Amino acid sequence: MSAAPKHDRYDVVVIGAGPAGLAATTMTADAGLSTLLLDENAGPGGQVWRAISSTPVKSEVLLGADYWSGAEIAKAARDSGAEIIHRATVWSLDRNLEIGVSVGGGSAFIKAKRVIIATGAQERPFPIPGWTLPGVMTAGAAQTMLKSSGLVPDCPTVLAGQGPLLWLLAAQILRLGGRIDRVLDTTPRANYIAALPHALAFLTSPYFGKGLAMMREVRAKVRVISGVTELAAAGDGKLESVTYVAGGKRETLPAELLLLHQGVVPNVNLAMAAGVEHRWNELQLCWTPVLDAFGNSSIPGIAIAGDGAGIGGAQAAVVRGRRAAGDAIKELRPQAEIIDLSAEMARAERGRAFLDVLFQPAKQFRMPQGDTIVCRCEEITAKDVLDSVAIGATGPNQLKAYRRTGMGPCQGRLCGLTVTELMAEARGKSPQEIGYYRLRAPVKPIMLSELASLPKDDEATKAVVRG
Amino acid sequence: MFKRAEGDARASVTIHVEGRAITAREGDTVSAALLASGLDVRRATAVSGAKRLPYCMMGVCFDCLVTIDGVGNRQGCLVPVAEGMQIEIQKGKREIGK
Repeated sequence: MSAAPKHDRYDVVVIGAGPAGLAATTMTADAGLSTLLLDENAGPGGQVWRAISSTPVKSEVLLGADYWSGAEIAKAARDSGAEIIHRATVWSLDRNLEIGVSVGGGSAFIKAKRVIIATGAQERPFPIPGWTLPGVMTAGAAQTMLKSSGLVPDCPTVLAGQGPLLWLLAAQILRLGGRIDRVLDTTPRANYIAALPHALAFLTSPYFGKGLAMMREVRAKVRVISGVTELAAAGDGKLESVTYVAGGKRETLPAELLLLHQGVVPNVNLAMAAGVEHRWNELQLCWTPVLDAFGNSSIPGIAIAGDGAGIGGAQAAVVRGRRAAGDAIKELRPQAEIIDLSAEMARAERGRAFLDVLFQPAKQFRMPQGDTIVCRCEEITAKDVLDSVAIGATGPNQLKAYRRTGMGPCQGRLCGLTVTELMAEARGKSPQEIGYYRLRAPVKPIMLSELASLPKDDEATKAVVRG
Repeated sequence: MFKRAEGDARASVTIHVEGRAITAREGDTVSAALLASGLDVRRATAVSGAKRLPYCMMGVCFDCLVTIDGVGNRQGCLVPVAEGMQIEIQKGKREIGK
């Protein structure tokens, strides 16, 4: 079991040990700032370098060079002298830079002079009919099992969706001897034309060659259907079949595993609960925080680095982590010399606009209709949401009172974007005008006994005692 | 549903699922071990009793909720297996005292 933080005050607290968090931690600790890195997983790496120090898949070829590039960055963080705690759940952060963290069943509050949120991304909800059936998972879920446990599908398996991760996962599953029956590509045909103006930057970025090679590798072994415009999972108590429409033709395949992916979106819960201003991003179709060039948010002292700052990928995350760290060092150690990273940043972000436009998910896969579940926790359908709008629900927060959407254990992570877009369309407003769930700590469920056993002073006790 | 790739040299860990011993590997999460076991490990939701399995495996969807060593509503995808761990598949909402 991990130990609680050793101190209650740090110069810098970094939240999340993915590419951005590891890079930031190394830099601030190397500069002599007391640095604490808190991470929810059992080891470093975040999602993209998950299980980098423990994966049973040791061969360099199987997971690819991009994965293994994380090993050195994870090692640098470990050697930096920073205090690193895994299996630590940060459940609160406020504008006073006070952090509530749960480790090993007990909670503590710690204070930081600077906080770097590096909580990364999650997969965009993919609300199709039947997406709650056992056997329907995200592509990222399958990749997590592949990296951390060497597990690959061995049943009738369909991959569906779009974006680089889908192809990478398919290639990795095949390399490890797993089974894929079909890949259903949902990239809208119109996106190829819309993305053309950004093609030059993409062609000269590292994504291009790698992406092509991976798609060729997969197509050589698996039947790929392009231009999929409809998708549904069906079964009684578990997934039994996948139905799709491509080029106007409908087909049903038997399947026990359906892996869905339509890109990733920032994991906003902690930053929003801290009060960080976010805006609707019309290109990436998600909420992104309002930040300056160094990642500083609307709350003084809180910076956001990595995909939580807007999706940019692992290489950009490393640079963003270093930039946020550099800014913290500049403030806390004014005599220190900070390297300008703007050239690295431009290089790491090259080609991103092309990917954003090409892989912008189609409306029918973001905004479901009828009986399709929107809120997995409370089992609320698209029709339920629209019916609530018809009788007066004005936005996501009012909808909670009507339908409890966003009030289950996932706290809106799997329904929030869908609810915002559905309500915005139904009310003839923009997602920015409709807004998002008002998020509050605890951003992850914790035991009431953990809160009750927090150390408290006289003032806190008197605040709730009458008389 | 899933099989283990060849060449996995990690040590075995025995956990108990509803009283049945299954062999996991060191570093597996509870959810990964359950999915690899081949057993019916579907939970039932608190709202309708619908059957579910883990969806995201990274701590955001809460469809992996499971009772571990007598404590309910744990996110199985975030908890590594440990020798002798007792797992119960959660049917419906968390019970008082669990």
